[in-house]
Amino acid sequence: MRARDLLHTRPEGLYCPPGDFYIDPVRPVASALITHGHSDHARSGHRSVLATRETLEIMALRYGADFAGTTQAARLGETIDVNGVAVTFHPAGHVLGSAQICVEKDGMRIVASGDYKRRADSTCAPFVPIRCNVFITEATFGLPVFKHPPDSGEIARVLKSAEQFPERAHMIGAYALGKAQRVIKLLREAGYERTIFIHGALAKLCDYYESQGIALGDLQPATVDSGAKTDFAGAIVVGPPSAFADRWARRFPDPVSSFASGWMRIRQRAKQRGVELPLIISDHSDWDELTETITETGAGEVWVTHGREEALVRWCELNGIAASPLHLVGYEDEGD
Amino acid sequence: MNRFAELLDRLVLTPSRNGKLTMMTDYFRTVEDPDRGLALAALTGDLSIAAVKPAMLRMLITERMDPVLFGYSYDYVGDLAETVSLVWPEPDAHLTANSQPTLADVVGALQSASRSDGPKVLVRLLDRADISARYAIIKLVTGGLRIGVSARLAKQALANLGAVDVTEIEELWHGLTPPYTELFAWLEGKTERPEKTAKALFRPVMLSNPVGDGDLEKLDPADYAAEWKWDGIRVQAVCEGGVRRLYSRTGDDISPAFPDLVEAMVFDGALDGELLVGDPVHETGTFSDLQQRLNRKTVTPKMQQSHPVFVRCYDLLQDGTEDLRALPFIERRVRLEAFVAKLDPTRFDLSPLAPFADWAALEDMRRNPPHPVIEGVMLKRRDSPYLAGRPKGPWFKWKRDPFTVDAVLMYAQRGHGKRSSFYSDYTFGVWSGPEGGEELVPVGKAYFGFTDEELRQIDKYVRDNTIERFGPVRSVRADRKQGLVLEVAFEGLNRSTRHKSGVAMRFPRISRLRWDKPTAEADRIETLQALLD
Ligand SMILES: [Zn+2]
Ligand SMILES: [Zn+2]
Repeated sequence: MRARDLLHTRPEGLYCPPGDFYIDPVRPVASALITHGHSDHARSGHRSVLATRETLEIMALRYGADFAGTTQAARLGETIDVNGVAVTFHPAGHVLGSAQICVEKDGMRIVASGDYKRRADSTCAPFVPIRCNVFITEATFGLPVFKHPPDSGEIARVLKSAEQFPERAHMIGAYALGKAQRVIKLLREAGYERTIFIHGALAKLCDYYESQGIALGDLQPATVDSGAKTDFAGAIVVGPPSAFADRWARRFPDPVSSFASGWMRIRQRAKQRGVELPLIISDHSDWDELTETITETGAGEVWVTHGREEALVRWCELNGIAASPLHLVGYEDEGD
Repeated sequence: MNRFAELLDRLVLTPSRNGKLTMMTDYFRTVEDPDRGLALAALTGDLSIAAVKPAMLRMLITERMDPVLFGYSYDYVGDLAETVSLVWPEPDAHLTANSQPTLADVVGALQSASRSDGPKVLVRLLDRADISARYAIIKLVTGGLRIGVSARLAKQALANLGAVDVTEIEELWHGLTPPYTELFAWLEGKTERPEKTAKALFRPVMLSNPVGDGDLEKLDPADYAAEWKWDGIRVQAVCEGGVRRLYSRTGDDISPAFPDLVEAMVFDGALDGELLVGDPVHETGTFSDLQQRLNRKTVTPKMQQSHPVFVRCYDLLQDGTEDLRALPFIERRVRLEAFVAKLDPTRFDLSPLAPFADWAALEDMRRNPPHPVIEGVMLKRRDSPYLAGRPKGPWFKWKRDPFTVDAVLMYAQRGHGKRSSFYSDYTFGVWSGPEGGEELVPVGKAYFGFTDEELRQIDKYVRDNTIERFGPVRSVRADRKQGLVLEVAFEGLNRSTRHKSGVAMRFPRISRLRWDKPTAEADRIETLQALLD
């Protein structure tokens, strides 16, 4: 079987003709396989959805219990037959519940990575490289300039700044699903035991993570009721990045604006957003991790999607691996 | 090196002055000699390292990576130093573990490299450094840290470290050299204040306070002398034992940019005055003309010819071996008159006193100065000694009223720190083009002058009338029918080639919100252009 007969793009997303399903479709379809709960991958309104239990639960939290006609939970590592196509979910290390989806028929195996990262994250299961014929990789940070430093150093900078400016609130922008919980967890792992204040948009997901056994310590809503302006002096506040441009942010004393994202590697990006304390913490692979993963999968062919395709395609070319960009539209990750 | 690199990173992104000061002071407190002194020199621009050209840097990196991948990277990042720091091959872990170079290692290696060795030495350093250290190293060798820290601010951080007045640091500064070990030892209370050994040192400048409401009523006009406040830059010209230096108000040595003036500095003493363009007798040029001569390291003979400079003298601080600063103003003035009379009249003249009968008469003079390059009057107590800093009482400045223009709000940008959730930085424009085809051209930016309540009102207006957003900037509805008119006050105009409008405002601020005024009645660009001539 040729790869393109097993999976190819359609306006709705990546389609598998023999299995008659889509992976992470951007429009409502009859049958959807979903890698993870970020809103650009997991949309509501499909007739049936196959995803990990956590991803299904996260979708229910975000869209309401009736987000799909029917749902089926996929267990990591277990193969499911979908119209004669063998489908297996493997951990992707991106956010809680995230998975790569491996589809196989007649000796042709394609792995769709979804979004993935390689470094340790105690809020989700680690990525497992799967040998395959074709590897579909994301390329959110697919440029050699993206090199994520160790998380510990980034967290240490927040803590140092909080010490240096005890009269100011430190506001960390972090996407609601995955990044926020990871940042909080990293703070805890660095020994930060004080209350962390969170924006209302994070509450449900933080509670959900807690319910899955991921301890986040004492979290309080960052509401004005919880105190006067000065009560947030020296506090760490976590919220979705968009909230910091909002009137919401006015309740904090002279805030130090921080943002946890792989984009923060580029100074100009930080500057443009008015970020004073950039934290290079990403839930995606950096350049070296992308290229190492491609090598590890042993794939003879790579399809690149979701970001800066051209550089990764070029790297594959230089390394004798067939590669082409998959021009999928509609993915702009909320979780970078 | 890493602590210096981290300091640079934080300084670039920290908008507030106090935040920057805290970071620098903490750095000076925690980092040891000689690294902190070298960092200080790098910040004040006193570190000399042979430069590596951008083309060389580009060659070095493309020898090490695929040029196409480098091209994609550079295209994305936009800054050569940053791109190279990010894509440079990572050192082996065993090389970096214990042997990250210190700032002293880096500076030492770079300073001892010959011109032809420079690139090789740079490579060896980059091969052992991590990303942020690589960035700092490249910034050092390509010149220009450009991190929004002035030499003055770095000196203020030192002053904070030692709890001394910044003028004390400025006074010592030119006698000291990197890595400033004796300066730090003094600031930390370990030794005496360093001796002033160098010649022609800077003397901290005496500054004035603006005349406030009701200030003058309490004062007797007879106690004060008045003179014109010229619109140039305040300088101090010092000559001692053959050493000649021209200093800015904050003690930066700007002599190299003014060889024409320095050549005429044939005296022994220290003069305080205003640097202006033109010649004293026939023509005093505008600040806009003077700008042609500012912020240059060197100056062409042609520029010296077309834009000659001179000093209009205000005060005499030192006459030969005699320090005059403790004398009353009026006595210094007599000495000054005698002193200036002996100097080259094409390069030095006296700022005349402006006699006045009472405050009302002075007010009239301030409002209608006799020369366009005068920006108000100065009041100096006749008995005032020359004191460092800005003491309250002896000297006042009373500026003429600012210019104002009615402009239309075009863009708003989110502020920083306390204002990060407010659209508080405004770009405004005036009309240009033929009747019926008018367009707004931006003429300036302002982020103060309004009250907190007005800020809230403008913020709401911006949010309700946004037509486009890019990053932290919103473009706001502004056409002939709809928009917000701002009355903008400013001190003067410069010609500008960087701005599409051809003008740049000095010290613009929002003086009034004109909710009542239709946008079509805002000013036209010709109104501003007329001010330039
Ligand atoms: Zn994604
Ligand atoms: Zn994602």
